[in-house]
Amino acid sequence: MSGRRIVPIGPYHPLQEEPEFFKLIVEGETVVDLEINIGYNHRGHEFVSPELTYDQVPFLVERICGICSNSHPLACVLAIEDCAGIKPPPRADYIRSVVQELERIHSHLLWLGLAGHFIGYNTVWMWAWRYREHVLELFEMITGNRNHYAMNKPGGVRRDIKTEQIPQILAVMDVVDKKVMMLTKAVLDDPVIRSRLEGVGVLTREQAIAYSVTGPTARPSGVDIDVRRDDPHCAYDRVPWDVIVFNEGDVLAKTKARLFEMMESTKIIRACLKDLPEGPIETRVDEVPPGEGIGRTEAPRGEVFHYIRSDGTNRPLRHKVRAPSFMNIASNVVAVKGGSIADAALTLAAVDPCYCCTERMAAFEDGKMKLSGKDLLRLSWQKTERIRERF
Amino acid sequence: MRDAEARLKSLVPDAEVYEHNPCRLYIRIPRERLTEAAKLLHRECGMRLAICTGVDTRDGFEVLYHFSEDRSGTIYTLKVLAPKDDPQIESQAPWFPAADWIEREMHELLGIEFPGHPNLIPLLTSDADWDKNKFPLRRDYERRSDAHER
Repeated sequence: MSGRRIVPIGPYHPLQEEPEFFKLIVEGETVVDLEINIGYNHRGHEFVSPELTYDQVPFLVERICGICSNSHPLACVLAIEDCAGIKPPPRADYIRSVVQELERIHSHLLWLGLAGHFIGYNTVWMWAWRYREHVLELFEMITGNRNHYAMNKPGGVRRDIKTEQIPQILAVMDVVDKKVMMLTKAVLDDPVIRSRLEGVGVLTREQAIAYSVTGPTARPSGVDIDVRRDDPHCAYDRVPWDVIVFNEGDVLAKTKARLFEMMESTKIIRACLKDLPEGPIETRVDEVPPGEGIGRTEAPRGEVFHYIRSDGTNRPLRHKVRAPSFMNIASNVVAVKGGSIADAALTLAAVDPCYCCTERMAAFEDGKMKLSGKDLLRLSWQKTERIRERF
Repeated sequence: MRDAEARLKSLVPDAEVYEHNPCRLYIRIPRERLTEAAKLLHRECGMRLAICTGVDTRDGFEVLYHFSEDRSGTIYTLKVLAPKDDPQIESQAPWFPAADWIEREMHELLGIEFPGHPNLIPLLTSDADWDKNKFPLRRDYERRSDAHER
């Protein structure tokens, strides 16, 4: 069959439930070109941010993403601290690293589950999300929330990790290690999964560099970058861990990179909790002088970049936010070319485009809502209390 | 002096370097020299484009190209200024795909022109009902009356 045809995916992604539009241009079964349309959910954070004070801005950027809801505020407060020239106390650094790595584990498990779902392997989906639940409960115990943790503030963190909480965190890390090992074996040993992922959606090293992709989209393509190691912040330069790099650039390498990164994360968390220094958890920030500041951290999907320009008032003059998916999604144009339509959905998902999962539940009976928003909130508080009482 | 900084200085002698701290360098260059400087940083010094920021200042539109040198963890920010009555900066997208989307974004939100860009269409705003002459990140953009006073 000759002639080009268009296969639309979106504007509402059928699998990822996210508003972005991929226009696949195909010749027969083969994808020859891709057009990407975004902007269906543009919320104008950079426009709103200059109207808020430095104390309020982290709460705003936290809501950019339901999954990276620690990375954005962390990069934002790092930018404010860079501008003001202050350093948070060591204990705050360690707590920030712990929460950031917990976020990486929960995000990678979420992606792994979705990837399993995409290739029709729903067992992986159910299992991965089940273990993710333990991590979310840890978040609830440490920060009071499953998502939107509100842990970071300019100068430090809002909540301390109590000594009696540490055994519980370590116990969950044991579970995560064991189960991630099991899932890794399931992926690597299963010939069906292997052949479904191997050689699919290859992003070469040169392409990865040309598109300036970051995180688990760049590292599996042989680009050895990780902001946690390259631009040391929090406690990352004080605990031992490794950067996971592969050279194949296909979906299998991306999957392996994420699986192995989770094990590095548990390593970091264990080391941070072992060496957790005593002392205060915040430094007082009196003023942010006129100037500029850049903060960046390694989110689960790659580098989060925040730039703040201050004019000496209590609000930023300009606040630029770059989420990793902004760079990573654009690289899909080269990654899907030459593949088949069936591979395209998987390749597009392999960069782990951002996805929100903050809804908990809604109960309906005979078409009537059984529980109102207030009831759900009450149930949620009760559960938080139950978790707190346990420890 | 760092290697990249020295090479940049010899390429663009009138570059003004401001070191905020050892990992954050801001380099102001004339806008005509941007492409050469960006090519030097990306192709020869192996830096990655983190992102660009467009700022509306009193003197004109300031565009910041943040390059990240991952070996040393340093961010080199190239600053160029375009006057308000001639908001044009040569596009980096033809040779550097990473600059494609962000230049489109600055074009629609700040109204900066990027001559040479292969596809300068709106990225984020709606092509159906957004006024193409309104630029929300400009200082003169009318904010809603119930917004906080600045």
